[in-house]
Amino acid sequence: MNIHEYQAKQVLKAFGAPVAEGVAITSADQAEAAAKQLPGPLYVVKSQIHAGGRGKGKFKELPADAKGGVRLAFSIEDVVKNAKDMLGNTLVTAQTTDAGKQVNRLYIEDGADISRELYLSILVDRAYGRIAFVVSTEGGMDIEAVAHDTPEKIITVVIDPTAGVTEADCAALSDALKLEGDAREDGKSLFPALYKAFVEKDMAMLEVNPLIVMENGRLRVLDAKVSFDGNALFRHPDIKELRDVTEEDAKEIEASEWDLAYVALDGNIGCMVNGAGLAMATMDIIKLYGKEPANFCDVGGGAGKDKVAAAFKIITADPAVQGILVNIFGGIMKCDVIAEGVVAAVKEVGLKVPLVVRLEGTNAELGKKILNESGLAITAADDLDDAAQKIVAAVG
Amino acid sequence: MSILVDKNTKIIVQGLTGKTGGFHTEQALAYHGTQMVAGVHPTKGGTNWTGSHGETLPIYGSVAEAKERTGADATVIYVPPAGAADAIIEAIEAEIPFITCITEGIPVLDMVRVKARLDRSNSRLLGPNCPGILTPEQCKIGIMPGNIFSKGSVGVVSRSGTLTYEAVFQTTNAGLGQTTAVGIGGDPVKGTEFIDVLEMFLADDETHSIIMIGEIGGGAEEDAAQFLIDEAKKGRSKPMAGFIAGRTAPAGRTMGHAGAIVSGGKGDAESKIAAMEAAGIRVSPSPARLGHTLLEVLKG
Repeated sequence: MNIHEYQAKQVLKAFGAPVAEGVAITSADQAEAAAKQLPGPLYVVKSQIHAGGRGKGKFKELPADAKGGVRLAFSIEDVVKNAKDMLGNTLVTAQTTDAGKQVNRLYIEDGADISRELYLSILVDRAYGRIAFVVSTEGGMDIEAVAHDTPEKIITVVIDPTAGVTEADCAALSDALKLEGDAREDGKSLFPALYKAFVEKDMAMLEVNPLIVMENGRLRVLDAKVSFDGNALFRHPDIKELRDVTEEDAKEIEASEWDLAYVALDGNIGCMVNGAGLAMATMDIIKLYGKEPANFCDVGGGAGKDKVAAAFKIITADPAVQGILVNIFGGIMKCDVIAEGVVAAVKEVGLKVPLVVRLEGTNAELGKKILNESGLAITAADDLDDAAQKIVAAVG
Repeated sequence: MSILVDKNTKIIVQGLTGKTGGFHTEQALAYHGTQMVAGVHPTKGGTNWTGSHGETLPIYGSVAEAKERTGADATVIYVPPAGAADAIIEAIEAEIPFITCITEGIPVLDMVRVKARLDRSNSRLLGPNCPGILTPEQCKIGIMPGNIFSKGSVGVVSRSGTLTYEAVFQTTNAGLGQTTAVGIGGDPVKGTEFIDVLEMFLADDETHSIIMIGEIGGGAEEDAAQFLIDEAKKGRSKPMAGFIAGRTAPAGRTMGHAGAIVSGGKGDAESKIAAMEAAGIRVSPSPARLGHTLLEVLKG
């Protein structure tokens, strides 16, 4: 689960991380009052969307030479003017789709005098099965480009879970970031604080880009991007409340209510599959035969008839869908349950596009019988190859 | 031969009294007499579990007690996500040699804790978020459908459950059969990696060829490819076919499995396919042609 920058900073601040003062607003009317709460005279007006690259992003509705989604303001009037310019408009960044994201929230923040921009992130390093810091002196820019062009400037420090962040770890991080004086002292409390936040809140990713050394020599978290492990949200009701559903695809929200793994995509063949690997492979084989999948959808192993019907309805509700492929290899999942769910959903919402169904594994024969006897226009497929070819041919 | 499990493996079940654990224990007992010997439940020790066909197994109050009373050398875990990490740690502390965790949805940081404990033990963990392991006609641990297997010469290792079934089904239809199929699971932090299983398949005389199925996310496939290159230099290699799921997956999105995500420009399908091909694995572009591809490799 992703959250906004201003929420991430609130979470980190509670663990003692140095962040700037700031106020989140949802309408331009609130801009003046927000700015007046801050010391000034330098302000930053920041679009709050769940995507990076905001500074270099472009607003669809504004002229091409207009400023991006993160702007400096030098007076309260300037804050108000920029807020009016940005709120409600659509920001397209390197990390959004071409459709962009509507900016419904701004974060007005106290400006900082920046001496150096650094990069810091925390994540789980799979190779070790441990939490690791990834840091670089090359902050404030696209870290993927840094990793690609100058990999030696990216340094990873793996943390022993039984010891936590040790003094030696802090020294290694400070050396990697070339921190001295007050900044080095700040690091001794910041690194363990960020680690504590990561562990206690079950974060999946914590990215501070940039972490800055200010003109006064102190460290500050200038930007923060945090995502949480969806599997751990059950023990963090406070974090769950930070979810902003307006940032998410409506179909994905509905799918999440049914505990379905669903990702909306740009193609026109809807897929319903059991198992994440097979669901990805089904997308891949559609592409192999020259078409594009409209979604990833894993109904999981233990789905009942209602969940299957819900998945089918979510898939058919996508107006881009011109055909549907149901691909089931039943292990835990029983094919007759899938068949019953599909039949129930079709009876409720109708079937306006071709439907190809491949059933294999547990109770496959029973499932096929249910589909045959339903009287619905369903094309049966013998195997995965046959299924993919049939749906691609049907969509044309 | 087979790897990890055979007809002598004695298995206890953590989470037997739940619906999933009960169902799959019945299936295992029905599969060529897999030796499921007991269940474990913290408050139901001393009672008996009864399956829907009248099968019964004793329930013990702890893994340690179950191991002592039955001589079990393996455990399978069907405990729900919130308690699964503690169930694995209990099995490690009871010194069970082979632990399989089926549970999907365990918080990643719980697995970091498990991994730290596992590293200081002699136990092997398979999973979590995996379908388990099956040696045809001998032993079935986990949730794989037994009817698609046939005894044979292919070793199957996969990050994906249902794609394991595809590989098994297709090698059965191709007349090759399997020595053992191992699902290592779709989580980012897990007990057994490709390399561990490949090492065992390379060492197993009855395994003549191998199918390896990976997916986007992480670098385990690249690590495995490097391992195979290094082993080939020592003269150890076997014919292999492979597949990588997620060629069409968008970056930055988790595709069902917690570990299946292309992030920070890493873990995409194309680099994995390139690494596997460089290691001599014939990577099939289609998940429907795993069996065919392996046959082609074997024909030379």
